Amino acid sequence: MRPLVHAVGVRKAFGLHEVLKGVDLSVEAGQVLCLIGPSGSGKSTMLRCINHLETIDGGELTVDGLHVGYERRGDVLREIPDREAARRRAEIGMVFQHFNLFPHMTVLENLVEAPVRVKKEKPAAAHDRARELLNRVGLADKGEAFPRQLSGGQQQRVAIARALAMEPKLMLFDEPTSALDPELVGDVLGVMEDLARTGITMIVVTHEMGFARAAADMVVFMSEGRIVEQGPPKSILSNPTQERTRAFLARVL
Amino acid sequence: MAQSSAASHDETAPLTVRPLRHPGRWIGGAVVLLLTAELIRSTATNPRFEWDVVSEYLFSRAILVGLANTLQLTVVAMVLGTVLGTGLAVLRLSPNPVVSGMVGVYVWVFRAAPLLVQLLFWYNLAALYPSITLRVPFGGPVLVKFPAEQLVSVWTAALLGLSLHQAAYIAEIVRAGILSVDPGQREAATALGMPRTLTLRRIVLPQAMRAIVPPIGNEVIRMMKTTSLVSIIAVPELLNTAQTIYARTYETIPLLIVATIWYLVLTATLTVLQSSVEHRFGRGLERSERCPLRALPQVRARTTSAPPRSVADESRTPRVKR
Repeated sequence: MRPLVHAVGVRKAFGLHEVLKGVDLSVEAGQVLCLIGPSGSGKSTMLRCINHLETIDGGELTVDGLHVGYERRGDVLREIPDREAARRRAEIGMVFQHFNLFPHMTVLENLVEAPVRVKKEKPAAAHDRARELLNRVGLADKGEAFPRQLSGGQQQRVAIARALAMEPKLMLFDEPTSALDPELVGDVLGVMEDLARTGITMIVVTHEMGFARAAADMVVFMSEGRIVEQGPPKSILSNPTQERTRAFLARVL
Repeated sequence: MAQSSAASHDETAPLTVRPLRHPGRWIGGAVVLLLTAELIRSTATNPRFEWDVVSEYLFSRAILVGLANTLQLTVVAMVLGTVLGTGLAVLRLSPNPVVSGMVGVYVWVFRAAPLLVQLLFWYNLAALYPSITLRVPFGGPVLVKFPAEQLVSVWTAALLGLSLHQAAYIAEIVRAGILSVDPGQREAATALGMPRTLTLRRIVLPQAMRAIVPPIGNEVIRMMKTTSLVSIIAVPELLNTAQTIYARTYETIPLLIVATIWYLVLTATLTVLQSSVEHRFGRGLERSERCPLRALPQVRARTTSAPPRSVADESRTPRVKR
C-alpha cells in the first residue's frame, strides 16, 4: 500500500539559500510522526510544502497519491490553479505556532467558516459538529467568545478544533506549543495526545521531546535541509546513531 | 520646619491630601470665556450680519434643494469612489507588474492634478472628444454614437471628477488596510482550503476594515465639503445656490453664513455616524471598556488614530514573523 504522505528528493530554496536539499519521507496512514531538529533545519518548510503553502523546486511530494499543488504530466510537475489546490488542501488540517484564529469571528464562527463556505455543509450540521469538537478540546463554554478573550493555550485548542472541523485525513502541526506560556503547554499537548489515539495521521514539528516519546510512532531528525536519522522514538531519542542527533538531543533534553 | 509640624501632628490621624493648585488655568479659562462672549456680542449686534436674512433663507426651498444636491453628490461620488478605489487597491496588490504599475500611475495622476483642474477638464471634455462613439476596436463599425455635450452634462462632469479623484485616495487607504492584516491570517485561511477570493472577502477585508473605516469616514466628511468646488462648473449644490441668490440680492455674507451653518450641521452628523460605524467594525478587537466621548473630535484623535494600533499589538495574538 502506498504511504499517505510520500516525499522523494524534495528540494526548496529561498533565493540562493537552499532550505531543503532532497528530503525523502514516508508517513503511513494512522502514523504520528514528529519532526525534530535545530531551528533553520528546514522542518517547518518541509511541513509547509506538504500542503503547498510553499512551492517546491524539485522532487515529488504526494498526499494520498495526489500532488497537492501540482499535476504530473509525464516528467513535468505543473502547478495547478488556486481553486483546485484549495480543494486538495481542504483535506489537510494545519495548526500554526501563532494560532492564527480569525479575530473578527467568534470561536464558533471560526470553526464553521470553512466547512460551510468551502465544503458547502449545512450551517446547522456544521454548528453541531463545531460544538462537539469544542467539547472534545475542553472548551464547550467558549463558543461565543472572541479569540482575544482566550488564553494562548485555549486559542491553540480552538485552532486544533478548527482544523478538525474540516475532517482532514492528515493533520500538520507547526511548533504548536512554542508560543505558549510553559504552564499552558500541557493542555495543548494533552489534546494532541488524545487526537493521536484516535488514529488520525499527524506530522508534528516540535521541540517537545516528552510528547515525541509518548505519542510518536516515528521520529525524524532533520539538520541543514536533510534527514539525518529516523526511527521509533525509543531508538532515536535514547540511542541515536548519528553524532549530530546526539549533539542536538544533548542540548534540548 | 516641616519636620517640627509633622512631629506635633497626631501620628494616627489620617492626613489630608491636597492636589496641586493651578491658578493659571483659571485665569486662562476666564480670558477665553471673556473673548468668546465679546465675539458673540459683536456677531449678534453687528447689523451687517443680517441675521434676519439668514433665518429667512436657512430653510428656504432653493437652499434645501441645494443641500439635497450636495448630499446626493457626496453619496454618489463616495460610493463610486469607494467601489472603484477598492478594486484599484486589489489590482495594485496584483502579482502582475503591468496591472499594479498602471494602477500606480492612475493613483499618481489623480492625486497629483488639483481637483479643480480635473473638474474643469471633465467639464470641457466635449472640446477634446466632440462625440463619444462605441465601436468595434481598430476602426470597425460604429455601434452607438453620442454627442459629448449631451453625455457629459455638468452633473456627469462633477461626478466623474469627484469620484475618479476620490478613487485614487480610497485605493491607497484600502491598500494600506489590506497590508495591515497579519499574513498569518491569509495562511490560516489558505490552509483551511479557502480559495484566494474567498479569503480576501471573508478573512482579509473584514479585518482590513478596521484600518480602513476611520480614514474613509474622514474622506466622506472631506468629500461633503469638497463638493462645493463643483459650484465652479455651475452644478446647483449648496454653495452654488447661495451664490446664485446673493448674485441677485447682494446679501453675500448672510447667504455664506447659511451655507456654512449647513456644512457645520452635516459635518457634525457625519462625525457621529462615523464613530458608530467604527465601533461596528472593531468587533472582536476592541478594548472591553469603551470611551463614552468617542464622538467628540478631540477625544477621537486620541482614541482612534494612535491607540488602536497599540491596542491591537498588545492584546492580539503575537504577529507571525518570517
